[in-house]
Amino acid sequence: MTVKAAPSLKSRHLLGIDPLSPGEIQLILDTAEQMREIAKRPIKKVPALRGKTVVNLFLEPSTRTRFSFEVAEKRLSADTLNFSASGSSVEKGETLVDTARNLEAMEPDFIVLRHPQPGAPHMLAKVLQASIINAGDGTHEHPTQALLDALTIRLHKKTLEGLVVAIVGDLQHSRVVRSNVLLLSRMGATVRVAGPPSLVPVGMESLGCQVFYRMEEAIRGADVVMMLRIQLERQERMNFPTVREYYDLFALTPERLKLAKKDCLVMHPGPMNRGVEIDSRVADGPQSVILEQVTNGVAVRMAVLYLLAGGSGEPVTD
Amino acid sequence: MSRLLIKNGRVVDPSQKLDEGLDILVVEGKIARLAERLADPNAQVVDATGLVVAPGFIDVHVHLREPGFEYKETISSGTAAAVAGGFTAVCCMPNTNPVNDNPAVTEYILTRAREAGNCRVYPIGAVSKGLAGEELAEMGEMVRAGAVGFSDDGKPVHSAYLMRRALEYSLLFDVPVVDHCEEPTLTARGVMHEGAVATRLGLRGIPAAAEEVMVWRDVVLAQLTGARVHIAHLSTAGALEAVRLAKARGLKVTCEVTPHHLALTDQAVAETQYDTNTKMNPPLRSAEHVQALVEGVLDGTVDCLATDHAPHHADEKNVEFDHAPFGVVGLETAVPVTFDLLVAKHRMPLSRFVACWSTNPARIFRLPGGSLKVGAPADLTLLDPEQRATVKPEKFRSKSRNTPFAGRRLRGWPAMTIVGGRVVFRRG
Amino acid sequence: MKRVLVLEAKELSRVLERMAAEILEKVPDEKKLYFVGIQTRGVPLAHRLAHLVGQKTGSPAPVGALDITLYRDDVGPWRPAHRQPVLRATQLPKPVDGQVIVLVDDVLYTGRTIRAALDTLMDYGRPQVIRLAVLVDRGHRELPIAADVVGRLVPTSRLEDVQVRLSECDGEEGVWIVKEEDR
Repeated sequence: MTVKAAPSLKSRHLLGIDPLSPGEIQLILDTAEQMREIAKRPIKKVPALRGKTVVNLFLEPSTRTRFSFEVAEKRLSADTLNFSASGSSVEKGETLVDTARNLEAMEPDFIVLRHPQPGAPHMLAKVLQASIINAGDGTHEHPTQALLDALTIRLHKKTLEGLVVAIVGDLQHSRVVRSNVLLLSRMGATVRVAGPPSLVPVGMESLGCQVFYRMEEAIRGADVVMMLRIQLERQERMNFPTVREYYDLFALTPERLKLAKKDCLVMHPGPMNRGVEIDSRVADGPQSVILEQVTNGVAVRMAVLYLLAGGSGEPVTD
Repeated sequence: MSRLLIKNGRVVDPSQKLDEGLDILVVEGKIARLAERLADPNAQVVDATGLVVAPGFIDVHVHLREPGFEYKETISSGTAAAVAGGFTAVCCMPNTNPVNDNPAVTEYILTRAREAGNCRVYPIGAVSKGLAGEELAEMGEMVRAGAVGFSDDGKPVHSAYLMRRALEYSLLFDVPVVDHCEEPTLTARGVMHEGAVATRLGLRGIPAAAEEVMVWRDVVLAQLTGARVHIAHLSTAGALEAVRLAKARGLKVTCEVTPHHLALTDQAVAETQYDTNTKMNPPLRSAEHVQALVEGVLDGTVDCLATDHAPHHADEKNVEFDHAPFGVVGLETAVPVTFDLLVAKHRMPLSRFVACWSTNPARIFRLPGGSLKVGAPADLTLLDPEQRATVKPEKFRSKSRNTPFAGRRLRGWPAMTIVGGRVVFRRG
Repeated sequence: MKRVLVLEAKELSRVLERMAAEILEKVPDEKKLYFVGIQTRGVPLAHRLAHLVGQKTGSPAPVGALDITLYRDDVGPWRPAHRQPVLRATQLPKPVDGQVIVLVDDVLYTGRTIRAALDTLMDYGRPQVIRLAVLVDRGHRELPIAADVVGRLVPTSRLEDVQVRLSECDGEEGVWIVKEEDR
């Protein structure tokens, strides 16, 4: 049974995957699949968001997500304003709510927020008029990443239903794993996660996955293996002994990849630590779709912006 | 000569095993007579028809914030909130600025409380100088000035050695040492209960074990020293087990539980979308813990209820969940929250409810109230067990509004508060 | 709901035959013919017309599909109860530059869809000419747009709806006028 796309999104915000129904996820993925075509045109721009203003409020370092959103916004003809923490009022001690209220005085239609604290987008959604898009909030969620991962898988495997997806790495500090587990399990995939037990959050399985400690068990027979970045900057006290030992136990090597299905996809949300969680021979190998993920990121973000922008909903009868 | 006659109420006083319709005559601030159908032409009469008349409720765990944090709360506003919440006495924690670790601050607090003229205030002194956890504060001097117990609340007495010495020294004065039980290296910058909800929300968890490790340590030290340990805001099933075992062994271990730990689970953080008014320490626990706590109150393992009233300014709370300070206000919601849950829903006998809020706190801290025996101070709490009302933070007397109960409809509100024979609050 | 048949299946194919002939009369260079159907029912119609024209010229013309959603003039201001039209595929098998485009749609009404289609096409390149072929012209134009080839003129009121059903996507074939009784 394939999930039927919902006619529209319920909320005007995208705060996470958790609030989305399977039908809403399907709608975003269907729309994103059509958006991909725009990148192949001679003029990579459509007028759908003409006159809309998007503020990219990135209060945590990010290159690819910010660029991806910016490209998506520009391809939809929106006006974009970029705001980052360094050199701004935030460094002078302004609170998030005050910063956002000041930006809202410029009447943006969207605020795309990347923030180091979980729940920061929810806080803005309570006080602002603009649509809030969560571009990653601490260790909570990164919904557009999960959507672009799902789109990438779907383009290769036709459907998400019935697939076995293994996600390996630092589960504790990963917003990507949370969003992915919620999305994939909701769409009918079997999700297995594996990582050092000291980096498995309590109650992980309640998100909709099976938890393994040994990665071999997780990737055996998998259709997709998704490697997570070891977030060296978030390990304020090392939760595993050394990077070398981590590589020995949890890196995706060509030998380990053989345990998965022959046509298993290899994914990574980036940026990669080559030689830490992934071997270059795998990252650059024929099963890797890591660069496609980046391309699909733009399409997914265009879809989200388009769907949240909303129209009257009256069909044109001509 | 001031005389007050409280007529037609249902008098519930566990200290005399009373639960019957009686009138009470108060003369010169003391209970003068209890009998059916009393009359006194010179007395001001209070009609308590339909009301429960109980010995004054005592909240043994509040933060009045003065001196030092008057923008959050003052002794005057905090005690006004207390009497509006049905309390005739509160014990205030020492984490002020300066810290209440010497008799000068203790006396200052008592002076300000007298000036405010609301409820009685019993200061709790610091265990360690400056709450630094290194040297013992002058406990004897503070007892002489009026302190009724000692605590480094806000943080645990981390050093087991210091805790041992504090307990031994407290034997001199027969006062309890109140411990905020938390092993900080296990808390590790957590902001809510560790479990499935925290994992889903991406928030750092505080494991139940962080509390339980410390409670077990305190039980062991209570046995070693023979001193009185009171566990503040106990919040986990495992901690309750430790207390149960200590009691079975005859150790002098007591504990309190807060209304929010009984009435809310960690789901509240998710349901309110990271509302910082659901952030406190210890954190709201998962349903299994909450169920164990309710059972612990019903079976008497939990000695008393206490609010851990912790006012914070709205600006401090209107930030990211990680950055918000821990704590919620409780004085003006505690009685209806617990009445609604324990008496209305779980059918707890009223006498047990009154014991948890009055008789037991008075016994643990050796306070003058907690009884309506003739000659006792006329501190009374009158409750309307049928009144249903909605929590409206904008109406609070407290300077702060950081409650997780806003908008809740609750049953069983205080109708009148009497301190030393004087009506200090009447619900209008 | 009242449903009145105005074009039955057999008639519909005769109308398409005539349209194919007319298209050939109206294009400057049949070798550069390129049919582009507007999603959704313009697409099967474009295929049918291309097939019929191909029978006459002996060489089948390419057929593309065009989704105009992102160019619509009502995809705009945010409303609390928002609902965006669903995107369909755009598939153009070859560049449109210098080609003789026959834009195909099922019903011509306000003209707004055609305006959006012209803008969409222009973003793909610079055709030599664009002709418009529609199965039904129901009137009520809001923009200065006219079809070059019309299958059937169907006078309607604005309260009515014209329903084109094609076997490729609807499982039935024909054109109906639909009227909500209580409007």
